[in-house]
Amino acid sequence: MIRKTVSSAEDAIEGLSDGMTAMFGGFGLCGIPENAIAAIRKKGIRNLVCISNNAGVDGFGLGLLLETKQIRKMISSYVGENDEFERQMLSGELEVELIPQGTLAERCRAAGMGIPAFYTPAGYGTELGEGKEVRLFNGKPHLLEHAFDSDFAFVKAWKGDEAGNLIFKGTARNFNPMMAMAGRITVAEVEELLPAGALDPNEVHTPGIFVSRIFCGAHFEKRIEQRTVQTPSQS
Amino acid sequence: MLDKNGIARRIAQELRDGYYVNLGIGIPTLVANYVPESISVEFQSENGILGMGPFPVSGAEDADLINAGKQTITALPGASFFDSATSFGMIRGRHVHMTVLGAMEVSQNGDIANWKIPGKMVKGMGGAMDLVASAENIIVAMMHTNKAGESKLLKTCSLPLTGIGCVRKVVTEICVMEIKDGAFHLLERAPGVSVEEIAAKTEGALHIPDDVPEMLL
Repeated sequence: MIRKTVSSAEDAIEGLSDGMTAMFGGFGLCGIPENAIAAIRKKGIRNLVCISNNAGVDGFGLGLLLETKQIRKMISSYVGENDEFERQMLSGELEVELIPQGTLAERCRAAGMGIPAFYTPAGYGTELGEGKEVRLFNGKPHLLEHAFDSDFAFVKAWKGDEAGNLIFKGTARNFNPMMAMAGRITVAEVEELLPAGALDPNEVHTPGIFVSRIFCGAHFEKRIEQRTVQTPSQS
Repeated sequence: MLDKNGIARRIAQELRDGYYVNLGIGIPTLVANYVPESISVEFQSENGILGMGPFPVSGAEDADLINAGKQTITALPGASFFDSATSFGMIRGRHVHMTVLGAMEVSQNGDIANWKIPGKMVKGMGGAMDLVASAENIIVAMMHTNKAGESKLLKTCSLPLTGIGCVRKVVTEICVMEIKDGAFHLLERAPGVSVEEIAAKTEGALHIPDDVPEMLL
């Protein structure tokens, strides 16, 4: 067994430096690597290019790194709910590349799978298609999209073991498995870190080969963005 | 004239037994409240769940269980969770049978604009571009006119496009339209709404058959 454990978020982000590209798992605030984000903020690494479906909210998630202006560029599919983000984008301080969510996921997956590029119909006929190679398959136009190239990937899982195997919970899985495969160095933080043998191999979602470092997160706030409950008439 | 729930109720009539359905944010989400009891459908949310259930009861919210609108939800018996690449594989691979989404503009040839207002709103397209590029059965749920009273059913969209030639039906507070052969075809009127009113509020090419029945809700 190859051990992947490190003792803290600080140790886990070792090697991340100014100007690097990093992926961050999560959809909204669900399944985000909270502890790595906190450590990156504390260390003050700057000019990051961040690949993440969303950009957090004011004061939480990647919003924490926007607040301290540690992000130079965001590559995302949806960036609402964040006033500081909008301010930096409109003032030109922050570069933003918006891409379709399925294309974002597939560019992560392709990177991990050793597929340099692929064709997808998403975005054809829109401004997203401008300047991209177009090819017809079965009479339908598709755009050529390229795999990402990322120095680091920061992911969050529910349970993990010393070998780096990961199990996700609910919809907190989202982009985490593809990003785990795609990072040149992948850092996984988990709520529960177990000894090898404690996870049933049948139930592992991400095999440890994709994970470079794993640690048990010291604190997970797991903030809910849109707490919604049944109204009496629905129950 | 219909309210938002009425639009959702009418769209629910488009559901068929055995459909896997993706519902967008806003009015489309309400469609889940009106599934006919005689059929079984499963709702997909592109952030990674099939078999999405209603909102949880107070106290049962789970931060690890949300829909694409980031609202807390529940999972029904038979539900499954998956990653985002698999989720869009379901969509691109045409395993999802019906997609309902909102729009700012729809054109007579089925183009849709719903992700960006230059200089005003640039939040991103989320999964909308993937959905409209691949889904075969796309229904738009929206109000017929914008806040300025201008038609949202146009000859050509003025806003940046999300996808082209993809919308099959539009359900608004006043009617149901089918899009084919480069025109809006009026299928049904909302209760109490005249054909003349619908024609006046539709900028794009409109085909009106001799008989336009009132919707049955």
